[in-house]
Amino acid sequence: MSFMPVILWTDALIFVLMVGVLALVWFIRRHEHLRAPWRVVAQRPMAMGAALVLGAFVVIGLLDSLHYRERLADSPADAPQYSVEVLSVFDALVSGLRTRQEKTYSAPLAMQLYAKEFLERDGETVRDYPRLQYGGAHLKHADEHASDIARRTLVGLTQGLAVGLLLFGLLAAWQARRTQTQLGAWLEVWTTGRLGWPGRTVVLVLTLMLLLAGMLIQLASGYHVFGTDKVGQDVLYISLKSIRTGLVIGTLTTLVTLPLAIGFGIAAGYFRGWVDDVIQYVYTVLNSIPGVLLIAAAVLIVQVYIESHPEIFDTAAARADVRLLALCLIMGVTSWTGLARLLRGESLKLRTLDYVEAARAFGVSHVRIISRHIFPNVFHLVLIAIVLDFSGLVLAEAVLSYVGVGVDPSMYSWGNMINGARLELAREPVVWWQLGAAFAFMFALVLAANLFADGVRDAFDPRLGGRR
Amino acid sequence: MFAYILRRLLYAVPILIGVNLLTFALFFVVNTPDDMARLQLGAKHVTPEAIERWKAEHGYDKPLLLNPAAEGTAQFTDTIFFQHSAAMFAFEFGKGDDGRDIGNEIRTRMGPSLAIALPVLVVGLMVNISFALLMVFFRATYLDLWGVVLCVVLMSISGLFYIIAGQYFIAKLWNLLPISGFAGGIDGLRFILLPVLVSVVAGIGSGARWYRTIFLEEIGKDYVRTARAKGLSEVRVLFRHVLKNGMIPILTGVVVVLPLLFMGSLITESFFGIPGLGSYTIDAIQAQDFAVVRAMVFLGSFLYIIGLILTDISYSWVDPRVRLQ
Repeated sequence: MSFMPVILWTDALIFVLMVGVLALVWFIRRHEHLRAPWRVVAQRPMAMGAALVLGAFVVIGLLDSLHYRERLADSPADAPQYSVEVLSVFDALVSGLRTRQEKTYSAPLAMQLYAKEFLERDGETVRDYPRLQYGGAHLKHADEHASDIARRTLVGLTQGLAVGLLLFGLLAAWQARRTQTQLGAWLEVWTTGRLGWPGRTVVLVLTLMLLLAGMLIQLASGYHVFGTDKVGQDVLYISLKSIRTGLVIGTLTTLVTLPLAIGFGIAAGYFRGWVDDVIQYVYTVLNSIPGVLLIAAAVLIVQVYIESHPEIFDTAAARADVRLLALCLIMGVTSWTGLARLLRGESLKLRTLDYVEAARAFGVSHVRIISRHIFPNVFHLVLIAIVLDFSGLVLAEAVLSYVGVGVDPSMYSWGNMINGARLELAREPVVWWQLGAAFAFMFALVLAANLFADGVRDAFDPRLGGRR
Repeated sequence: MFAYILRRLLYAVPILIGVNLLTFALFFVVNTPDDMARLQLGAKHVTPEAIERWKAEHGYDKPLLLNPAAEGTAQFTDTIFFQHSAAMFAFEFGKGDDGRDIGNEIRTRMGPSLAIALPVLVVGLMVNISFALLMVFFRATYLDLWGVVLCVVLMSISGLFYIIAGQYFIAKLWNLLPISGFAGGIDGLRFILLPVLVSVVAGIGSGARWYRTIFLEEIGKDYVRTARAKGLSEVRVLFRHVLKNGMIPILTGVVVVLPLLFMGSLITESFFGIPGLGSYTIDAIQAQDFAVVRAMVFLGSFLYIIGLILTDISYSWVDPRVRLQ
């Protein structure tokens, strides 16, 4: 085999999570009363547009979670040796971005380095901006620069538009066939927006994303679209790799939070008495410690542990991965209290309702009452908490990485990008592209998550029922 | 009333003990002082003697819980737990790695933290409430819809962006205010303006949106309908009735954070070079100064519990229906 698959801890958990989500989707599809609120979500243009953007991020994140190690070319076939560098399928797809490394900073779409150097030119030494090794290397003269960029942009946009139109045509044909209408009639319904689902928004957002992707692909094949960083790495590549880190923190933390919050919250509300007292005591203690400090304290301790046990980790990626997992665990353990309090209050109310009393009178066991009567009735709270927490966690990663208790410094993350570049604003001319790219990517993900969360909350929260 | 406060204070003691035990477990049991010493000394200088010396310097060379070598009560008092954890109840925090007294540092740094945090709270509250009231006044129009969208957009921007952009544009490019620094007295005003401005803007998104839902909840109630029925103008209804009643959840939400203002904000203070408790904490985290981090954890939870008690009292104060017992 020319490669060896590597399953990092977070990869495994991500795929467990994916299986869980798919199982949940399958379960919901079979139950009409569970499907109804999702149908409300699907009718909201903003939520659907946001879901598409989120979907694009998730696809990149998943591709980036299939890791492997390449076989060293000169190692024998019967006793293969593998590179210590852990790559992912995503790396293989955009291998050009990863390998085209310059010397140091260069501006977005530039063909010259950011700083002047002494060069040999026509036998004499001059001080000038050297050409980049890869960015714009196909150009002979600097004056072709602008026209080449314009041409590539145009080609990219055209390609994006073409793919968009093709997809739209397929969608229209399929839909017209399914509803057994003429293609023209369906198009008319589509243009007036009377489909019953936000078809226009979906098509618009999808086309915009395709246009953007087409442009990026065309430009990235010849230039560094977002410039390069201090060691000359492509900023677009770093930003894309950071997506996985953001998603992992946003989702795996919730995965840790849920069992704690659901278990303790429902148990406290349902059993009352000493169970309630103990759980309330525990969460008041955890809550009273300022969040950042508790996370910082715990991360410092994990750091000490990792540094004093270097033998457990065979690659740097595995080490960084364990630290990421530890960060998720710590953030999960420190952030379950809010949801638990909410679930406790709700369970306190539910346990006095007639159907729960009736179940108890029939001698139904506690486990069964909780799983059949209490849990399904608090599930909407859990779901709302998951989607609302996600964006906060993505933003928190940047802050924690700045404080120095976030992900491993060797890991690609928006927090590390910001942390590494914030002092460069003091340079002359300013190095802004690294910060700009990190903030832009983070903003896109968080905004999409927030808009989607709003849609989910409005559909599931019974208090808002129909008011909005 | 007095008895109630006393009982709540007594209830706070077991929670503080819990915090104390938790930090003790985190800092001394999960990682032994030896590990800390190794991390502090760095890979090159680790020798058994150096570790012992480091432990002795920091007073970590004693047994954790029970000292069999000592006699009488000293068996319990001459231990790490008693000298480094239990001592915090008397606000004896010991010394940081730089040799300075932590309690002293806390006292001198509270002022600058408060100088930033208090204006941020007051100005932020006024700005957010005005913005929220404006959206409620134009409720169910496009102005309201786009106001909410603007809030979501503002919420989605990283807090670091506000600080970095504020420093870059206002201080560096336009030279309106100093980039960072701090001074006491009236002279310090120009240093305070930028951090306060940035923090307030960063808080508008979530704050205004939250207050808007509070006001919207109030506006659906019966007394608002009565007020309209007697012919009050919409502006008067909003300011005389909705604002007054909406302030109850808003103010009680504020009271709980009041004591924590002393702790300052980690990020803001470190970016703007404010010599407050926030930057002290962040420096300690980055230098891995465990004694300071431990002290700040304890102080933070202490202040939080004070905040909880104040919240309970303020509930009974603003809402006569709530009786303390």
